[in-house]
Parts: sequence; C-alpha cells; structure tokens
Amino acid sequence: MSTPPLPPLSPPSPVRPSPAAPGGAAAVECSEAKPRWRDLLRHGLTVAAVNLVVGLVLGFVAGGAYFKQIVFSECIGLSCWLCIDFGRFLLKPDTETGWPLGWRLVLLITGGTMAGFIVGHAIGELIFGGSPFDTYLMGRRSLARDVAITATIGALISGFYYHRGKTQWQQAQLARAEQDATLARLDMLRSQLEPHMLFNTLANLRVLIGVDPPAAQAMLDRLIAFLRASLNGSRTTQHALSAEFARLADYLALMAIRMGPRLETRFELPDELRDVPVPAMLLQPLVENAIRHGLEPKVGAGQLVVSARRDGDRLLLEVRDTGVGFNGGAPSPGGGFGTAHVRERLAALHGAAASFTLAAAPDDAGGTLATVSLPLNP
Amino acid sequence: MTTSLTALIAEDEPLLAAGLKAELQRLWPELGVAAIAGDGVSAVTQALALQPTVCFFDIRMPGQTGLEAAQALAEDWPEGDTPFPLLVFVTAYDQYALQAFDAQAVDYLVKPVEPARLAACVARLKKRLDDRAPVVARGNGNGNGLGQPGGNGASPLDQTMEQLRALLCAHAAPAAPRLDVIQASVGNLVHMVPVDEVLYFEAADKYIRVITADREHLIRLSLRELLPQLDAQKFWQVHRSLVVRASAITTALRDESGKVFLTLRGRPEKLTASRLYAHLFKGM
Repeated sequence: MSTPPLPPLSPPSPVRPSPAAPGGAAAVECSEAKPRWRDLLRHGLTVAAVNLVVGLVLGFVAGGAYFKQIVFSECIGLSCWLCIDFGRFLLKPDTETGWPLGWRLVLLITGGTMAGFIVGHAIGELIFGGSPFDTYLMGRRSLARDVAITATIGALISGFYYHRGKTQWQQAQLARAEQDATLARLDMLRSQLEPHMLFNTLANLRVLIGVDPPAAQAMLDRLIAFLRASLNGSRTTQHALSAEFARLADYLALMAIRMGPRLETRFELPDELRDVPVPAMLLQPLVENAIRHGLEPKVGAGQLVVSARRDGDRLLLEVRDTGVGFNGGAPSPGGGFGTAHVRERLAALHGAAASFTLAAAPDDAGGTLATVSLPLNP
Repeated sequence: MTTSLTALIAEDEPLLAAGLKAELQRLWPELGVAAIAGDGVSAVTQALALQPTVCFFDIRMPGQTGLEAAQALAEDWPEGDTPFPLLVFVTAYDQYALQAFDAQAVDYLVKPVEPARLAACVARLKKRLDDRAPVVARGNGNGNGLGQPGGNGASPLDQTMEQLRALLCAHAAPAAPRLDVIQASVGNLVHMVPVDEVLYFEAADKYIRVITADREHLIRLSLRELLPQLDAQKFWQVHRSLVVRASAITTALRDESGKVFLTLRGRPEKLTASRLYAHLFKGM
C-alpha cells in the first residue's frame, strides 16, 4: 500500500573485455567463454562447407572420385581448422581480435596448416585402409598441389576470421561508447530536472486542483512550458531576450506558487532590448541558484529581480536576490555545476568578450548579484 | 479522561501545508491541527510550546532541516509526563533519507502524498498511540502517585532517541580531509591552534567557540561544516551545539532526567550532554 520510494538510477556495469588470458580458453572469464564456443563451432561448420566444395571440385578434376576427395578434404581441412582455431589461444591472442599478432600469427597459420595437412592426410589414409604416410609416396607434383591448396585455403579462411573478429570487437566498443553517452545524458537530465523541484511542484499542483481548478490549469501550463524548455537538449540555439525572460517567468511563476508570500519577483526588460539574441536558457541556472541557495533557505520573505540593460556597447544581464547570500571566503553555493555551465557557454560563444561575475549584492538588502556581460552587436 | 489529539505541521510551502491539513482532517477528524510552522526554527519553538501528539516535519525547510528540528526537540523536550510527539517526516525526494527511514520505522511520507499512503500512516500512528495509552492509564488507575516518574515514557522515548540518532547518522555529511590545525584569525593575526589542544567546540550563531585550556577562539564555520573534518573517535558530539574531545573529559555524571554532566581537565565549567548522546557515557 505504501508508495515505493524512487529507486536510485544506478548505471548498469558495462561488460568490459577481459585481458588476454595466457594459456587456454579455460582461463578466460565466463562472459567471454560462451560466445567463443559458439564462434568456434561456426568456424568449424564453415570450414567443413568449404572443404566439401573443394572436395567436389577435386573429385571432378580427378574424374569422379568424389567420395575419396571429399573425405580427404574434410580430414585435412578440419584438422587445419582445429589446429589453428584452438591453437590461437595458446599463442597469446590479442583481446581485440581473438587472434595472436605478428610472428605468432604467421607461426600459427603455417604451423597449423602443416600440422593439419599431416594429421589430415594420416587420418584419410587410415580410413581408406592405407598406412598414414602413404601420401608422401604419391609423387612430388600431386603432393605439392595438395600442399598448395591446403595452404591457400588455410590462409584465406584464417584471414577472413581474423578480420571478422576485429570488426566484431570494434562494434562492441562502439555500442559501449553509445551506452556511456546515453547514461551521461540521462545524468545531466536528472540534474536539470531536479527531482526535488519536480515533485514539490507536482504536489502543489495536486492541492491546487482541488482548491482552485483554473489556477491549477494555469500552473500546469507553466510547468509544461518549463519542462519543454528544460528537456530541449540543444542548448546551442539562440533566442530573443524576451523569449528568455518568458521562460524564466514560467519557472518563477511555479516557484511563486510554491513559496507563496515568501517570493516576490520582478522583471526589467527595456523595449529596445526585447529582440536581442541571447543563448537559450543562459540565465536559467543563475535564477535556480538564486532560489535554491539564496531565497529558499531564508526564513521570511525575499525578492528576486531579473534585469537587462545596455551599458555602452555591452548587454548586462543581472539576477539579484535578497537571500541568505554567501561568504566571500567559503565555497560559493552558486559556484557549482550551474555557474560553471554558464561560464562555459559564454566562453564558447564569445571567448574573452563575455564575462560572468557572482558577488554579494552591493546594497543593504543583502543577498547575491549575478552579472552576465555580453557584447551587443550594433 | 480523553486527551486532545493535536498535530503540528512544519512545512514551508503554504499550499502543501494546507493540503496536508485538509487531508488529515478528512482521514482523522479527531486530530486537531494546532499550528503550521513555516521554518525549522519556529517548528521547534511551537512544538515545545504546544506539545502536540504528532509532528509532521518537512525535511527541507528554511532555518534548519526537519531532522535538525527533531534533534533540537528531542534535546529540549521538558521532563514530565507529556510523551514525546510521534514524528512523521515528509520529503519530496531524498533517496538517502528514504533508506534511513525504511530502516528506522519512523514513519515518512513522500510528496505528493497519496491519500492511501496517508491513511496507512494515520493507522500506524493510531496504533502507536493505543499501545501507549494503557500504560498511562495503569499509572492513573493506581491512584497512589507511585509510578516510575518518566518510567512509562522512558522506553518509547529511548526508542525515539535511538531512531533519531540513526537518522542523523545516515544523513551526516561524508568525511572530509582531517583537520590538524584550527586557524582562528583576529584582525591581521591568525592563531594556529593544534586540534589536539582543543577541549571542546561550542556553536554560537554563525560562529564556533574553540575552547582550549587557557583561552578561547572564534572561527567562522558551522558545526555541520566542521564535524566531518574532525576525527570522530577523538571528538564526540554530545549536543547539537557541542563537540568535545573525549580525552579532555574527566568525569561524566548522569542524573535522573537522562542528561549527563561532564567535567573537563583544566576548565572549571561543566558541559551538559543531551539525552540523545547520553548513551556514549557508559561503563565498560
């Protein structure tokens, strides 16, 4: 019956590739072992299929001895495959591709192919009733041909799977990077929406619905506008100063309902500056800080003033609150994530031409004054 | 004898306070909302004055938090038969507090408050009051005035103290780099006081008095900011405004009210530890 508390959003731990296990596949982490077996099986089946084709071709060339050629082909091919595909784990495989690199790779392929050739032929001979080393009696040219075919196919297939392994690893890395980026974006969104603010606002809305429905609707409209502006991911857009003030008015209207008589707001925007373009939601963090750190903790009523004025060829935007203020020495409560963000945006857009200051308010009413100074385009 | 059931609501957002009051009146008509406090400081003063049966404390309030207000109330609650109020904390979103509350079974509500959840809370509170009542009635029925003074209330009070302590612990700031030297400035001069020479710290408004054997200094810090920087083994908080170096205490005298009086090495004054921290001074 009880409302479950909101669970903390814990990021799932991404699966990281285990470092190359020296020695056999047995030493490899569980999460890596399974796909490996599946992959190996797939390799084996492909090799078997290729062998079949080779066997058929050779059989055709040999004038119809398909069965014998296919059997030999499979024996050699599969032996090579087993030597190479399992042998690679013994030769320090690279985590990226699952294959050893450099001289080890060359050793693996040539050694594996040779071993496969010898073992495969031996098995083939045994199946057909001969002694294992009869092959080497068949004559240099046909032996050379057999070796050439085995070597070529071995190299081609190994190369193919090496490349495949590498691509798969890269795709896994990409997926992981995307997941990390999504989580980072989620975290940023959570800090922007500020659950405390959201749930308090909704709680007020709920009460208002029962008490004053038209006022509740007006409040909901404000909340919708505020959420739209907050969730708009792109913060590189610009809009007119009048639009900026309108968004701030939405947020402050919500806060005014919540804080009641404790909050008094005032906006000062001269007509001539209404259309000046400014970065979207530039002042939002400053207004939030003024409320959160200045006026909310204050016992009693306070004032918040957002003003814009022209000073020569510069535009001055000020957010002033008569809240609890802060010590010059102590770490400024407003000097956290919000103000850092404002500084970054200003620096990115205007470099040294824009400035931001946060200081104690200059007059007796106390509190804090945040000032943004931007160059005004003529 | 029917005692009137009263409640105090401490909530800084007027609409929410009015909403909670209306919902309570609907669900528990016998409970009269005696007052609504708008900040953490007046919440305590009003609670001490009105001595309500139940207190609903918002966690985030100007002045001091709901938890700090509860601590202050626990420390300043007068001796006598009036039982300590049942506490319900209200929060919009405070994931750490919620975990602490779960563990402590002190009730809590999450905003926006669902009526069903509030009804469950009311049921729980009524049960706690019913559990309490027969014990009190027994004392009255005796008629000879011998009952254990405060004995009936002691157990539930001790329980509440323990719950509050645990909540405060859970809500405490994480440890910060250990401080070795206190720097107290007077004009152009800065006194460097080794932390081990400090006998105790006493909070006074926005400052802290740093008391050593021969003199006292003032630093501009809050106890909340200082505490995480002190070694919790050496420096014990014994009151919401007092932190004492344990090795500087010579004796601790417990009196019947539950308070503990501490005598220090090298200072004449006696310090009072609140009942919230009296458990620290027990024999081994």
